[in-house]
Amino acid sequence: MSNTNKWGIVAEFDSAASIYQACKKVIEKGYTRVDAHTPFPVHGLDKALRQGPSHLGWIVVCFGLTGICVAQLMMWWTNAFDYRFWVSGKTPYAWETTIPITFELMVLLSGISAVFGMFGLNRLPRLHHPIFRHKTFHRASDDRFFLSVEATDPKFDTNETVAFLQSIGGQHVEVIEE
Amino acid sequence: MTAITVIDEPENPLRRAPLVEGNNDFTSVTDIIAGVAEKKTPRGWYLMFGISIALLLNLGAMIGYLIFTGVGVWGNNIPVGWGWPIVNFVFWIGIGHAGTLISAILFLFRQKWRTSINRASEAMTIFAVMAAGIFPAIHVGRIWVIYWVFPVPNQMSMWPNFKSPLLWDVFAVSTYFTISALFWFVGLVPDLATFRDRAMKAGRKVAAKLYGAFAFGWHGSNRHWVNYEKAYLILAALSTPLVLSVHSIVSFDFAISLLPGWHTTIFPPYFVAGAIFSGFGMVLTLMIPARKWLGLHQLITLNHLDNIAKILLLTGTMVGYAYAMEFFIAWYSGVEYEQFCFINRATGPYWWAYAIMVSCNVISPQLFWFRAMRRNPMVLFIISIFVNIGMWFERFVITVTSLNRDFLPSSWGYFTPTLIDILTYVGSFGLFFTMFLLFCRFLPILAISEVKGVMPQANPHHGHGDDAAHH
Repeated sequence: MSNTNKWGIVAEFDSAASIYQACKKVIEKGYTRVDAHTPFPVHGLDKALRQGPSHLGWIVVCFGLTGICVAQLMMWWTNAFDYRFWVSGKTPYAWETTIPITFELMVLLSGISAVFGMFGLNRLPRLHHPIFRHKTFHRASDDRFFLSVEATDPKFDTNETVAFLQSIGGQHVEVIEE
Repeated sequence: MTAITVIDEPENPLRRAPLVEGNNDFTSVTDIIAGVAEKKTPRGWYLMFGISIALLLNLGAMIGYLIFTGVGVWGNNIPVGWGWPIVNFVFWIGIGHAGTLISAILFLFRQKWRTSINRASEAMTIFAVMAAGIFPAIHVGRIWVIYWVFPVPNQMSMWPNFKSPLLWDVFAVSTYFTISALFWFVGLVPDLATFRDRAMKAGRKVAAKLYGAFAFGWHGSNRHWVNYEKAYLILAALSTPLVLSVHSIVSFDFAISLLPGWHTTIFPPYFVAGAIFSGFGMVLTLMIPARKWLGLHQLITLNHLDNIAKILLLTGTMVGYAYAMEFFIAWYSGVEYEQFCFINRATGPYWWAYAIMVSCNVISPQLFWFRAMRRNPMVLFIISIFVNIGMWFERFVITVTSLNRDFLPSSWGYFTPTLIDILTYVGSFGLFFTMFLLFCRFLPILAISEVKGVMPQANPHHGHGDDAAHH
C-alpha cells in the first residue's frame, strides 16, 4: 500500500450519541490509530476509543515538589545563611513563617506545569494540521463530531476504510492528504 | 435587539431546572455566544468604552503625579498611615475571589450551573487583580526600587524579610494573578478555536489569524481533551486552596500586627467570606446588564441569578456574624484597648461608615430570603451595588477606625481623603471597565464548549431511551 501522501480518512457524525457508537464500532473492527474530534469532551469517548489516562499528574507533582524545595531553600539561604536576619526576636529560619510562601510557590509551579504540560503532551501549539483540510471540519468546534482513522493504522486501506466509515453512518467521508 | 420573553415557571423540586432554556441546540448556542462578538459594535459600547478610557487616562495621570511628587499627595498621615490605597487594594482583590470560587470550587463540587457565568467571572477576577495590584505597587513611595520586594541582589546586599506578611502578600497576589490568568486561558482555548473557525468560514482573515494564534491549533482531538480535562481538574484543585490562602494572607497584613482591632484570629475566615460576598456582588453588577444588553437570557437564566443571590445571603450573613463576634471577643478578652477600639468603631467619629457597612452587607442581603426578590433582576442589581459599596466601607472601617484613635489621645486624628485619593480610586474603575468591555467585545463571554457539555444532547446516551439509567 502506498499511503505515503495520505494522512488519513475523516468522517462526520451529527450527535454525541452517534460518534460514541461509531467509536465503539471502529475499535471493534480492529482499527487502532483512531481519534475523535468533538466540540466539547464527550463523556465516555476515551473508554470507547481505548485511550489511556492522562499522565499530566506526574509532571505536576514533580513541579509542585520543586516549588516546595525552591521556596524552602530560598528562605533559609537568604534569611538564615547568606545574611543572617534577626527581626522582632524571631529566629532567622522559623519554619512557621515559611508556610505561606512555600505554599504559593508550590501552587505557582504546579499550575504553570499543568498548563504547559498539557499543551506539551498535546503537541500544541502547532501552526497547521492536515485534518483542517476536511471540507466541513470547521464544524468540529461548533456542532459536529468527527472520527479520524490515520493512514499509519495497520488495518488502513483507502477504499475499505471509506466504505466502512460510510456503513456506520459517517457523512462527508473524505481522504485527507498529508 | 430582539425581545425575549422569559417565562418564570416555578421549579419542580423533583426535576433539576434546565441550565439552557429555550429550544437551543449546539448550533444555536455557538451562534448566540459568538454572535455577541461578531455583530456590529453597539453604540452603547462606544459610549461606555469612552467613559472607561477617560477614567483610565485619569488613573495614569494620578499615578504619574503621585510618582513625581510623592505619597504626600494622599490623605495618609499619622496616625492613619494606611488609608485609601490599602482599602482599595483589599476591595479589588476581594472582588476577584468570586471568579475563582465559581471556576474552581463550584467545579469541584460539580455545580454545573457555573458554566454560563464562569468565563466572565474569571475575566472579572483577572481585571480586578490588575486593579488591586496597582495600589501596593504605587504606595511604596520610591517605586523605582520596588524590586527590593523580590529576592534579587540589590545595592544594600540585603535580602527581603521573608517573615513579613507584606512579603507573603507579594507572593500570594502574583501567584493568584498568574494562576487565574492561566486558568482563564486554558478555558478559552477551545472557544478561541470556535471563533477561529467561524472567522475563517466568514472570510475574516485577520480575525481568523489572531484567534488562531491564541487557539494554539486546537482541533478538538479526544486525546487532547483527555489531557485538557486533567489539566482543568488540577488547576481547579490548586485554585481552591489558593483562593482561600490569598485573602487569608491579605488578612495577615492586619492580623499579624499587634494593633487592637486588627490583631484577631477571626480575620482569615472573615476576610475570605467577605471577599466571596463582594465578588458575587460584582458578578451580579456586571452580568445583569450584560445578560440584558447582549440577549443571553436563555443561557444566564433566572435560576443562575437565584443561586448567586443565595450565595450572597449566605456570605453576607457570615460577614454579619464576624462583625458581631469581633465585639463579643473584644468584650470577652477583657483588654480595654480592644474594647475601646470596637466602641470607637461603631460609635466614634466614623459611626457613619460603620452604619453604611452593616446596612449594606448584613441587612440588605436579607431580602434574599424571599424567592421573588432573588428572581427579580432589578432588585438583584440594586442590592449588588449596595454590596459593592458596603464591602468597600468594610475595608475602610477596618483600616481607618483601628488607626485614627492611637493609644495616646494627643495623637488622635481624623482621616480625610484628598482629591488625588478619590480620583485614583475612580481611575481604577476605568482600568477594570476598559478591560471588561474589551473582553465583552472580542472574546467568548460564555464558555461555549462547557455550556454545550452540560446540555442533555451532550450525553452520548441521549435519545437512546436509557437516559434514566445514567443519572
